[in-house]
Amino acid sequence: MDNIQQNAQQSLRRAVVVAGNRIPFARAGGAHANASNQDMLTAAIDGLVARAGISGERLGAVAGGAVLKHSRDFNLTREAVLGSALDPATPAFDIQMACATGMETVSTISNKIRVGQIEAGIAGGVDSASDAPIAVSEGLRRALLQLQRAKTPTQKLKALKNLRPNDLVPAAPTTGEPRTGLSMGEHQALTTQQWGVSREDQDQIAASSHQNLAAAYDRGFFDDLVTPFKGVSKDNNMRADSTVEKLSTLNPVFGKKLSGEATMTAGNSTPLTDGASAVLITSEDWASEHHLTPMAEVVDSEAAAVDFVSGNEGLLMAPAYAVPRLLARQGLTLQDMDLIEIHEAFASTVLAIMAAWESEEFCRDRLGLSEPVGTVDRSKLNVNGSSLAAGHPFAATGGRIVASTAKELAARAKAEGRPQTALISVCAAGGQGVAMILRSV
Amino acid sequence: MADTYLDLVNSGLGKQVASKLGLPEPTKLRRYRAGSDFPEGSVLVLGKGQAADAAAQAMLDWNLDVRRHAQEVDRVGAVVIDYTDAKTPSDLGKAALELSSVLRKLRSGGRVITLSRPAAGIGTGAASGTPADTAAQEPAVAAARQGVVGLLRSAAQEMRGGTTANGILIADGVAADAPSVVGALRFFLSGRSAFVDGQFLTVTDERGESTENWDQPVAGKVAVVTGAARGIGAQIARTLAQAGARVIVVDVPAAGEALTKLANELHISALQLDVTDPKAGEKILNLASERYGKLDLLVHNAGITRDKMLANMDQAKWDSVIAVNIESQLRITQAVLDSDKLGEHPRIVCLASTSGVAGNRGQTNYAASKAGVIGAVAATASLIAEKGGTINAVAPGFIESEMTAKIPAARRQISRRLNSLQQGGLPEDVAQTITFLLSDAAGGINGQTLRVCGQNLVGA
Repeated sequence: MDNIQQNAQQSLRRAVVVAGNRIPFARAGGAHANASNQDMLTAAIDGLVARAGISGERLGAVAGGAVLKHSRDFNLTREAVLGSALDPATPAFDIQMACATGMETVSTISNKIRVGQIEAGIAGGVDSASDAPIAVSEGLRRALLQLQRAKTPTQKLKALKNLRPNDLVPAAPTTGEPRTGLSMGEHQALTTQQWGVSREDQDQIAASSHQNLAAAYDRGFFDDLVTPFKGVSKDNNMRADSTVEKLSTLNPVFGKKLSGEATMTAGNSTPLTDGASAVLITSEDWASEHHLTPMAEVVDSEAAAVDFVSGNEGLLMAPAYAVPRLLARQGLTLQDMDLIEIHEAFASTVLAIMAAWESEEFCRDRLGLSEPVGTVDRSKLNVNGSSLAAGHPFAATGGRIVASTAKELAARAKAEGRPQTALISVCAAGGQGVAMILRSV
Repeated sequence: MADTYLDLVNSGLGKQVASKLGLPEPTKLRRYRAGSDFPEGSVLVLGKGQAADAAAQAMLDWNLDVRRHAQEVDRVGAVVIDYTDAKTPSDLGKAALELSSVLRKLRSGGRVITLSRPAAGIGTGAASGTPADTAAQEPAVAAARQGVVGLLRSAAQEMRGGTTANGILIADGVAADAPSVVGALRFFLSGRSAFVDGQFLTVTDERGESTENWDQPVAGKVAVVTGAARGIGAQIARTLAQAGARVIVVDVPAAGEALTKLANELHISALQLDVTDPKAGEKILNLASERYGKLDLLVHNAGITRDKMLANMDQAKWDSVIAVNIESQLRITQAVLDSDKLGEHPRIVCLASTSGVAGNRGQTNYAASKAGVIGAVAATASLIAEKGGTINAVAPGFIESEMTAKIPAARRQISRRLNSLQQGGLPEDVAQTITFLLSDAAGGINGQTLRVCGQNLVGA
């Protein structure tokens, strides 16, 4: 079996990240409020195309997606490609895996390249919390459908007769889980309490995120990762002067009804955000033919899901399972990683996942491991900031992390003269999560 | 940005009114279009020297109707006068009067071009390096040679109908048929020089290559244009791409949206980079060599204005203009000179300004930076020549662009009429001049500053 697997691995080609681009992320209702998902995804793709100098090229595939989607966006990514500078003969498709959408597009495009189906593709994602769809009530929806089918005036009247005033109130989108009715924040508050994550630790994660992101901007790190959009050139959620002291003054917003101390604030939780990202992934041959320098190889990825509905596991804890499985498959440990990216849905998500990996009990009972996964070296964690500072336009986050991490890996490999490896972990609604390993080339 | 007055006086009624009232009557300039590069009508070559013969031969090769006697022409497209053998001021009169006799036969969009030698002791750029021969040191010879300058510049002011007059100065020791003499002749005849008027361009040496491919003079070259997101920079990128170059466009990260559009429109690469970044030169060279194997051509176009009267000037306004407009150029040029990633004939063109030539009220900082560009170009010429390359500057006058669109309307109307062509130039005019200076046909032109200003009346 092992031999078969090894042979299969050997026949695969390498899929490499050659360029990344995103538009600056903006807090919902702000700078990008009037931009649609399609506008933003098109802009992200166009910036990437210009950076790589591949205007007019036909790519093998573009995979994208959005979490909050209008019904008119049924073919969102294809429409974005048609509006972009790519050859219109470039096929495209949508993927939806909640906040892990971007990771799954990277995984899918990479795999197509690895097995030889395509030579080059773009993986990306977009979300607008500002331009979110608002649905009509179930009562109004049924009445309108019946009205459409009605032929005679009497039938039409009859269709409308059953409407009640309450039916006219629209249904706004929420971040609530359909099966529990709890918001994501309230779910995470349960996990926070379960793992005893302190307020100070959470504020420290948040402050580092802002400081690291600001420092990365200052040294020009994002010059070739971000293209301005509608006059905005930096993530507008970023607070360069953020400190633990300032964050400690904020009032809790989640877990207030729980018995213990509420520790989750607007400062250590990600805000609703608008934005889009795109990553160019190619075979090594295609990169060299197009005079593009690979930054990192997409080595492998693993998805996991947990039963949060019964309360058996926390909603956002799936990465705690995905990462050990991925490391085991690749014969690697946490200590082999030079960079670790854990998506900051909430500061306490990062801390709870890291606590789980350190816990003998969790690793034994939940993961079936004889010893803990290990401790994350904080100096390797989210070194250029993450979602608490940049914001989190759900489906765009995967592309943001993959592009930034690939660039950082390439820079470190060059500076240190040895290959560098990174682990990426992204949690998602529905109790899911995706982990990925990138390696410098 | 549109010059509505120009459109008005070129309409039937508008033309009559302007003529009756003695108002300026600017003509739509003859600009370069692929396949129609030359003025309409015959080309008259005056003078008997080697330069006249060389010019006549070159123009015959371009299938022009070349005539050597003023009497035998009817419709004249261009007059080329060879003054290279002028020994005394009295040598100027014969050809000048022959020119006079055919001026009424000059078609609109015509050209007057003099060929002469630079007068001793009068700056022709530090690049020359050729010691002037002893005959050239004689006062009478110098008087004759400098006399050509006065004659030409005055004639340029008298031309009508978009006709321009420019001179080619052939440095002593440089053959009259040197490749760049032919190249400069072609440029001045062409619509590419539409807004260059009353200027002299010095051929400093015999380097350069003759070409058959005049439509794509930079074919296959790898070019980088800074400040390319919009305005003149964007047009330089467009023109270079049309002229066959593989272009990388550079602008500050904040201008990335416009830069992206341009790069994708032209099917080229965009680089978001602040030219004041200490590593800007390295980053530009790395990308050019990674993407296309080398760097051939560089256009230092990035520039800013922070205008204030000197009495109101502050540190930030002064420093930022100096940093972007000249210090960044010096640093990046040095990186180019130190690089092993260059093509065979690296060429640089820097954007100066007529403000840097003549000064401009409210622009002490800007004029200092742009005059600095002219100085740096002259001093860099011999350094880049060692690498087989050239460096030159263009100094635009009033160009219809986003920058000049911000000038208050009344002042803008006046500014754009204050030159011999009575109109503002277009970004295309600057871009075409730069394209010529980046071509191998201009390989013998080094350390020079060429104005693209329609013979602006200030700082002549």
